[in-house]
Amino acid sequence: MLYFSNLKTFSVLSVIIITLFFAVPNFFSKDQINSFPNFIPKQQVNLGLDLQGGSHLLLEVDTEEIIKERVENLNADVRRVLKKNNLNYSNFKVSNESLKFVVEGFNSEIQKEISELSMSNSQNILAMGDQTNLIITQEENTIQINFTEEFIKQSVSNAVAQSLEIVRRRIDELGTREPSIQRQGSSRIIIQLPGIDDPDRIKSLLGQTAKLTFQLVDTSVNFDPFNPSKAPIGSEILASDADEEFKYIVKKRIMVGGENLVDAQPGFDPQTNEPIVSFRFDRIGATKFGRVTQQNVGKPFAIVLDNKVISAPVIREAILGGSGQISGGFDSEEANDLAILLRAGALPAPLIILEERSVGPDLGADSIEAGQFAAIIGFIAVIIFMIFVYRYFGLLADIALIINLFMVLGVLSLFQATLTLPGIAGIILTIGMAVDANVLIFERVREEIRNGSNMMNAVENGYKRALSTILDANITTLIAAIILFFMASGPVRGFSITLAIGIFTSVFTAFTFTRLLISLNAKRLKPNFVGLSKNA
Amino acid sequence: MLNISGTQINFLKVRVITFILSAILICLSIGAFFVNGLNFGIDFKGGTLIEIETSQEIEISGLRDNLNTLELGDVQVQEFGSSKNLLIRVEQQLGGDQVQQDVVQIVKESLGSYLSTDINFRRTEVVGPKVSGELIQSGAIAIFVAVFAMLVYIWFRFEWQFSLGAVLALVHDVILTIGVFCITQLEFNLPIIAAILTIVGYSMNDTVVVYDRVRENLRKYRSKEITDLLNLSINDTLSRTIVTSVTTLLALLSLFIFGGEVIKGFTFAMIWGVVVGTYSSIFVAAPLLRYLDVKREWNTTSAVDSTR
Repeated sequence: MLYFSNLKTFSVLSVIIITLFFAVPNFFSKDQINSFPNFIPKQQVNLGLDLQGGSHLLLEVDTEEIIKERVENLNADVRRVLKKNNLNYSNFKVSNESLKFVVEGFNSEIQKEISELSMSNSQNILAMGDQTNLIITQEENTIQINFTEEFIKQSVSNAVAQSLEIVRRRIDELGTREPSIQRQGSSRIIIQLPGIDDPDRIKSLLGQTAKLTFQLVDTSVNFDPFNPSKAPIGSEILASDADEEFKYIVKKRIMVGGENLVDAQPGFDPQTNEPIVSFRFDRIGATKFGRVTQQNVGKPFAIVLDNKVISAPVIREAILGGSGQISGGFDSEEANDLAILLRAGALPAPLIILEERSVGPDLGADSIEAGQFAAIIGFIAVIIFMIFVYRYFGLLADIALIINLFMVLGVLSLFQATLTLPGIAGIILTIGMAVDANVLIFERVREEIRNGSNMMNAVENGYKRALSTILDANITTLIAAIILFFMASGPVRGFSITLAIGIFTSVFTAFTFTRLLISLNAKRLKPNFVGLSKNA
Repeated sequence: MLNISGTQINFLKVRVITFILSAILICLSIGAFFVNGLNFGIDFKGGTLIEIETSQEIEISGLRDNLNTLELGDVQVQEFGSSKNLLIRVEQQLGGDQVQQDVVQIVKESLGSYLSTDINFRRTEVVGPKVSGELIQSGAIAIFVAVFAMLVYIWFRFEWQFSLGAVLALVHDVILTIGVFCITQLEFNLPIIAAILTIVGYSMNDTVVVYDRVRENLRKYRSKEITDLLNLSINDTLSRTIVTSVTTLLALLSLFIFGGEVIKGFTFAMIWGVVVGTYSSIFVAAPLLRYLDVKREWNTTSAVDSTR
C-alpha cells in the first residue's frame, strides 16, 4: 500500500493541483482577477443570497382563477349554442369545474356544436390531435359538461409558462442585476434577485395582473356614481382607480385590449405637465380603436386596468393614428411602472407571493466575516489538537486538512455551486470531520505497532484495514447529505453541498495525499511519529 | 501526548444504568414534546421576521408595546446578538398567503415613525401558510427517509441485528435532539432539520466504526463471550471515537462562539447531536448488540471481509 509508482504520484498531485488551481480566484479581488492571464480560472465561489444580500421570492400562479375563467368562457359558449338552437334551459348551475343544466331536446348535433365552439376557442391550448376538451354526460334531460383533465392541466401549464415569461419581462425592465427566474413544480415561480434587499417595488409590479381594456361607458342609463343601481345586461359596474367609492357603468364588450399594444412609454403632458403614459396599438388594435371611436364621437370611454377605471375621457374625434395617452392622476414613478406593466403584457392569472426572504448587504458581509473567523479559529484548534495526539502523523493530517479545505473551495468554484451561510457551517464541520479518515488509519497503525509489527508493516496494514471502515463511515454521512440536498431548498441546500464535497475531498486526501507523504518518508518512520512512546 | 489506546474499560457493565438513563431522557423528551411542544420558527409556523440594526440603543418594551398596537396579533421583539440588533417576529395573519405580504409594509412604516434613529433592515422573511405547511412536511419526511436509508445500508453491509441496533441508537439521538429543543424552547427552524440530518449521518458514522470492529472481532475470536467481545470492540475504537468527536466539537464550538447569531441554533443542535451521537454509539448501539443475537459464523472469505 505504501508503494507509489511515479504515474500514481503524478496523478494524485495533478488532481490536487488542478483543484487548488480553481480555488485561486477566491483570494483576489474582481479587478485583480480580470488582469490575470487567460489560462488562470476566473470563477469565484458563487455566493448565495444570504451572503451577498438579495431577495428571494416564491410565487404561485393562481390556478383556480384560470380554471374559473375557462369555465366562464364555456358558460358563455354553451348558452350561445342553446339560444341559437332555441332550446329552453333551466336550473343552470356553474360550479368550480363544471356546468349543469336541464334542457329538453338536447341531441348529438348540439353536443357537437358545443364541442366545436369550445375547441375553436381553445386552439392554442390543446396539443395537436386532441379530439375534444369536453366531457358531456347526459342523464335524461340533465346535462353536465366538464373539461377533460388533460385540458385543465394544459391550460394551467400554459398559463404558468406565460406568467414566467411576463414576470421575466417585467423584472428585466427594471434593470436588476442578474436576476434568476425559474419555474418550480407545476405552478410556482422562484425569483432570485441579488443585491435587492427591499423588493417592495418588484412585489407591487408582480402583484398586478395589468389587464388593460378600453370599454365604452354605458350612457343609456341614469346613474349615480356614489350609489349605483344594478347594471343592465351587457354592462358592469366598475370602481374608479383613484376613488373606490366612485363607480362607473361600462359596457362589458371590450373595444380593444392590452394585447394589441405594441409600446408604452412614460412621459409628461406638454400642456398640463402631468405624468402620462403614451401608447401605440398594433395594426389590428389601431383599426378597431379607430372604428369604435369614429362611431362614438362625443361619448365617454373607460380605460380599465385590472377592473378599475383609470380614467374615462370623452371621445372628441375619431382616433385613427393608433396611438394615445393615459393620464389619471398618477405620479411619474407610477407612470413609469404602468408603462413597464403595459409593455410586458398582462398576466394570465394573478400571482400570489408565498414566501419572501430578503437579506441586506450588511448582514451578508457580517456573516461571511464571522464564518471566516470561526473557520480559522476552528482550524487552528483542530491542527494543534491533531499534532498533540498524533505528533508527526498529526502534522501530516494537518497538511492534508489544509489541502482539503482549498480543494473544497476549488470544487465549489469549478462547479459554480452556491455557497450559503449553512454552507460555510458545512465547511467548518468538514474541518472537524475531515481528519476522521486519517484518525482511523493512525489508530490502526498504533494498534499494529502495539501488536508487534514494525513501523513499515504497521503503516501498510493500517491503511489496508481502515479502508472498509472509512468507506462505510463516510457513506452514511454522504447518504444524509444527499437526502438533505433533495429535500431542502435555498441556503440549507448549500450546507448539503459543502458537506458532500468535504466528504469526497477528505476521503481522497486521506487515501492519496497523506499516504503519499508517509510513503515519501517511509524509511525514516519511527513509532513516536504516530504519537506512541517507544515502550508502548 | 494523548494516548487512549489499549484501554480495558468495562462499558457493558454499566449498560443497565445507561439504558435507564437513555430511557429517562427519551421519556423526558417525549413528555416535553407533548407538554411544551417545539417552538417553531416562521419556517414552520408562517409569519414575518424582520431583523433591524439601529444606530442607537432601543428600549425594547416600548417598541414592543408600540408594535402590539398595530393589531397584527402577537408581535415579539428581542435582542439579537447586541442591543442595537433587534429581531421582530409577527405571527401569521389570518386570510391566506396574500395578506402576509402587507405585514412588512405596516411594520416598516410603524418603525420609521416610532424610532427616531436610523434603521438598517438587515433581514426580512415572510413565510405564508402554504409554504410553512410544506416545509414541516418535507422536513419530517427527510428525517424518516434518512433513518430508513441508514437502516437499509447497514442491513446490506452487516446483518439485520446490526441494522436494528444502529437504527435504535439513531432514533434515540433524534428524539433527544428534538427533546432538547422542546425543553429549552430554542427556535426550531429549517436549519435545525439540516442539523438533525447531519446528526443522523454523524451518529451513524460513529456507530459504523464500532460495529465494523465488532464484526471483525466476531471473526477473530470465535469463542469469546459476546459481552467481552463488545467491550473489546468499544475499547479498540475508543481512541478514534474520542479524537474525532473532539475535533468535530472544536470546529463546532468555534462556529458557535464566533459564527454569528443567525447560525447559532443550528450549531447548538449539532454540538448536542455530536455529544449524544458519541454517547449512543458507545452506550446504546454497541450494548444493544448483546440482546440482538448477532451471528457468529461470518464467512471469512465473503466480499465484505475487511480483515484479510
